Order: sequence, then structure tokens, then C-alpha cells
Amino acid sequence: MRRGINDSPRLRSCSRTAAARLFFVIAGLFVASLICPPPLRAGAPVNSLVGKEAPRFVRTDLAGRKIDLKAYRGKVVLLNFWATWCAPCKVELPHFAAWQKQYGPLGLEIIAVSMDDDVTPVRATVRKLELNFPAVMGDEKIGSQYGGVLGIPVTYLIDRDGIIRQRLEGETDLGELESTVVKLLAGK
Amino acid sequence: MHGNRFTGIILFSALIAFSAFGFSRDCSAQFSGPVTSTSAYSVPESQRMEPAALAKLLQAASGDPPVMLQVGSHIMFAQSHIPGSVFAGPGSQSSGLHLVETKVASTPRSKLIVIYCGCCPWDRCPNIGPAYKRLRELGFTNVKALYLADNFGNDWVAKGYPTDKGE
Repeated sequence: MRRGINDSPRLRSCSRTAAARLFFVIAGLFVASLICPPPLRAGAPVNSLVGKEAPRFVRTDLAGRKIDLKAYRGKVVLLNFWATWCAPCKVELPHFAAWQKQYGPLGLEIIAVSMDDDVTPVRATVRKLELNFPAVMGDEKIGSQYGGVLGIPVTYLIDRDGIIRQRLEGETDLGELESTVVKLLAGK
Repeated sequence: MHGNRFTGIILFSALIAFSAFGFSRDCSAQFSGPVTSTSAYSVPESQRMEPAALAKLLQAASGDPPVMLQVGSHIMFAQSHIPGSVFAGPGSQSSGLHLVETKVASTPRSKLIVIYCGCCPWDRCPNIGPAYKRLRELGFTNVKALYLADNFGNDWVAKGYPTDKGE
């Protein structure tokens, strides 16, 4: 009786070897994942407010100007919650200043909300980092409005219609964030 | 046949090495926080308390509840904090450390004190380390730091553990 090609002992042996290799690879990856858990959720979006209208707030910034979020309709807004004692925040802020300069003429507006308890170090940091966008002092009210800011940095991207398009928490991928900003500026 | 087995072993080893390399890069990024005398890493691992352990402790109807101090920002405390805890921060500033001293002035030195912050990921928290150090300097022998790996929102509130807000 003629043996089918799938019944060949050599092929059966190869299949067993391939299955064994696959098993070892999966087992290896499983062991490696136990040794080192995946990175923390830094940068992971929290979507509870995404797709909704950005909660309105009115604040006076450190330069004494009135900042009313409603007046920003027609602009793309990057709303950043930060604090002077937050190391990742101070990495992001100079990039935001560069974006304000580069994309401001295209309609980007950045607003920084400090979650510091005291304004003195905020003034010093804003001056030191030469921030070219409004900085306002936050409080528990604005924190609660924005879904609870219980860990920073937190960044919201708000489109030209005032709708929240993204919330990013923790140290963000700045390249990815910039791409999203550019898309929103292009109306996508 | 032996050739195939040999190739398999080589491939397997290469994949494991590659996987381990990739994971170790993530590991180093995750655990390479600044190890200074006052960073959160200065708190011995044995003195860390996991959120689930504290939640269980708080659930126990009987027993002596610990003294709980939030050593981070007041704005965050006002938004949400652990019921029964008091604000005593920020630990990174002298005013905050003074507040810590005030809050424990009449506390017995052997009493369990749990400090927490959760403003930032553990390896970036500027408040826990100094507050822990100060309490130890004051002679407190049973100080635990709540291990909030990511932040208070993700590691306590989002897990459904009890919270309170306001002053």
C-alpha cells in the first residue's frame, strides 16, 4: 500500500521537532515574562472622557491673563497637568514649548495646569523652562472635572470642536503624541 | 536527524537569548530609577506594603488601625485619599517634613505608621523617601511605605479600594 506524503516518517519527525521548538519558544517567553513583568501603564490612555466635550474652566494664568477654555474653540488644545516635583513632566514641557512655537501658527494652543500646592516654585519653573504658553494653577475641582488627576503627568488633546480626543497618562511617547497633534491640526 | 535537533537547540537558545535581551531592556527602563538617599528606592523592600495588604488591614473590624499619612500634594489629597489618613506633605519639601513631625508628635514610637503618595510612579516619587527617612530619624520603628507602583489613581482608586475626598 502506498503511503501518503503526510504519513512519511521523516515528515512526522519534522512535525514533532517543529512542535517541540514552538513549545520551547512559548515556554521561554512565558518564563521571561514571569521574570520581568510588562512595563507599567505609563502613557496608557484612559478613555472615560474621550469623545466628550472638554469640561470648561476659567482661570487666571501666572501672567494675569484670563484663560477660558471655551474661548479656545477652533483651536487644537493640548491640556497638560503637571507639577514642579514631577520629573517626567519637566522632560515634556520643553518639547511642548517647541511645539507651541512650531505649530502655534497652525492652530495649536497649549495650556499647562500645575497641580502644585504653592505657586512660588511654579513661577520659577515656568521662567526657567521659558514656557511660551499659559500656565494656570490647578486645584481639586479641575482635577475632578478631568476625571481625577491622581498621578501626573496627564495630557488631554482637545480638537477644534472642543471634544476630547485623547487622554495620556504618565510619561508619554512624545513622537506619537506629536503625530496625533499634527493629525488633529489637519482636521483628521 | 541529529542535525535537525542541533538546529532546533540553536534556534531555541537564540530565541531565549533574544527574548531575555528584549525583556531586560524593558526591565532596566522600568527599574532604573534614581537611587539616591532620599528616593523611594531608599525604602527597604521589607518596609513596603502592598495596597491589597493595607486594604485588608483596613477591612479588619477589630484591631488597632495604623496611623496613615499622605505625604504628597494637598491637591491630590483633596481629590481622593485613603479614609482615616491625614495630609502630611509634601515630603520633598521642608514644610512637608515639618508637617510629618507635627502629625506624629504624640504617636508612640512602636506604632504602625503607613505613608503613601502616588503622585508619580514609585521610582520617580520625590516624597516617599524623605518622609520615610525623617520618621526613622524620629525613632519610629514600624514605618511602612505603601507601594504604589504607578500612581494613587491606578493602584488604589481604580482597584476599588476605599477612598474619601475633601480635607
